[in-house]
Amino acid sequence: MQAESAIGRVLLWFGIMLLAGLAALLTHDGGFAVHATIVALVAFILMWMSAGRFDPTGLDPAARARGFFKMPATPDVYDDDVIRWGAIATMFWGLAGLLAGVFIATQLAFPWLNLEPYLNFGRLRPLHTSAVIFAFGGNALLATSFYVVQRTCRAQLAFPGLARFVFWGYQLFIVLAATGYLLGITQSKEYAEPEWYVDLWLTIVWVAYFAVFVGTILKRKEPHIYVANWFYLAFIVTVAMLHIVNNLAMPVGLLNTRSYSLFSGVQDALTQWWYGHNAVGFFLTAGFLAMMYYFVPKQAERPVYSYRLSIIHFWALIFLYIWAGPHHLHYTALPDWAQTLGMVFSIMLWMPSWGGMINGLMTLNGAWDKVRTDPIIRMMVMALAFYGMSTFEGPMMSIKTVNALSHYTDWTIGHVHSGALGWNGMITFACLYYLFPRLWKRERMYSLRMINWHFWLATVGIVFYAASMWVAGVMQGLMWREYGPDGYLVWSFADTVAAMFPMYVLRAVGGMLYLGGALVMSYNVWMTLAGKLRDEAPMRDAAYDPEADRPLPAAVPAE
Amino acid sequence: MSTYDTMRHFADGIGLIIMVGVFLTLCAWPFRPGSKHHNRAAAHSIFEENEGGE
Repeated sequence: MQAESAIGRVLLWFGIMLLAGLAALLTHDGGFAVHATIVALVAFILMWMSAGRFDPTGLDPAARARGFFKMPATPDVYDDDVIRWGAIATMFWGLAGLLAGVFIATQLAFPWLNLEPYLNFGRLRPLHTSAVIFAFGGNALLATSFYVVQRTCRAQLAFPGLARFVFWGYQLFIVLAATGYLLGITQSKEYAEPEWYVDLWLTIVWVAYFAVFVGTILKRKEPHIYVANWFYLAFIVTVAMLHIVNNLAMPVGLLNTRSYSLFSGVQDALTQWWYGHNAVGFFLTAGFLAMMYYFVPKQAERPVYSYRLSIIHFWALIFLYIWAGPHHLHYTALPDWAQTLGMVFSIMLWMPSWGGMINGLMTLNGAWDKVRTDPIIRMMVMALAFYGMSTFEGPMMSIKTVNALSHYTDWTIGHVHSGALGWNGMITFACLYYLFPRLWKRERMYSLRMINWHFWLATVGIVFYAASMWVAGVMQGLMWREYGPDGYLVWSFADTVAAMFPMYVLRAVGGMLYLGGALVMSYNVWMTLAGKLRDEAPMRDAAYDPEADRPLPAAVPAE
Repeated sequence: MSTYDTMRHFADGIGLIIMVGVFLTLCAWPFRPGSKHHNRAAAHSIFEENEGGE
């Protein structure tokens, strides 16, 4: 029976490989041919692995891959195998995405680094954004959601096979998207660049993700669904809706990469920014808040400050966020009332965001000493602080008069990165530091002091990044709007570019520091997987002075 | 009236009232009398260790 199913699988992958190969031969589109070849290659690897799984000589490639990453052989209480792969993938894509970011930051300062055509700024920029948001952030969300939903529901993952399909299918989506950008395949929608066939593939993967997550909630042993799962579910459902609507398009041909959007003009722009802003709201906020509501209480070893506040935080985000998108289209052809609506809802969002930040921070109430002694808590606190800062800055920038200065300048880039590096990056690193020792059944991370190094490298990196982009952006905005007495603009665009050079260099330095922190982390993680513990002084010990620890000499009587 | 007019009058009239009503009800729900114990139990539920030690 097993042999028959193994042969069936081999035949299935062989068939897919043949179809993909045929598509690569028939298409007149070079990029499509490359993508079809990648699919054929994946099918070939899967065919080889299906055959290898049944190899009586014991050279199962999947088991060897697990051995390479030193995954524990003891059976798990929960279904953790796919989470381990997710944690590794998060680390890997994080490094790739940060490296791409540092490179394009350097390109902006030194344009000769634009290596035409594959590695120019225009192609690498979506590679960077997708790698950090969808590959690094997405894998972190996949891994932590599967971890949290099992623990809080007291049940193993529903549909374990489908869960593996979700993870590996998502990696294929990332590879197709990333290679597509380098080849110049894009539908030119920010944060939704992949073309129609990659979008369809992601839709299939996402529906499977929904099935696994909801299936696990349905088979739960715990009567109450913990609030973190509400946030994860909102993230999964909303991203599905956004992705499908924004990518409604008609392909030019079935063997062609190009497609045309169903919407045109200002409708297209509004749909795109309804998508774009809610990708921030539900992918980078709701999903990561789910991580916050589970891992911060767990690491602090005390329950969330107010469960009631977490419920209000949830519903307020759900009801308000979805209307904020039009603030990306201030002073455009979008009707004025829609711009004002977007601005008003953005300002209202300030309240639930700060409610959530306070809820997270106050979880440490009575245990603030942990900020000094536990570097993981320190990262979580910094993440929450940046969540608060960027959710204050965002509503402020959505006010039309502020936006008149900030729009199209690098202030926007600074704002995005204080949220992405500070909030998303820091909370993800903290959660990974929590997860790696538990998933690999190790006592603790290899080195706590290296976590501290990571914390400071990342924090100083963000300060360099955000501060230089504030200066660059405000300067740029002021230069653009400066009129001379005769009514002409004082500065040309090239003048502003030249003026921003020092800030661009400082920004690249900040990015390098942040990447350096992630490199320290990957070394720390690698040693943790290897089962090593660094011999180091603990972060804090009670003070002890052996000199003072003795009986006092006999008292000399007073004269 | 056009479909657009019908829909926008629904959106700034009864639709808006229903949305605000649903929102306020959902926010008020954890404050209903007798829910204190339930909220406390939910917040602590992630700390009840099982045999797996997790």
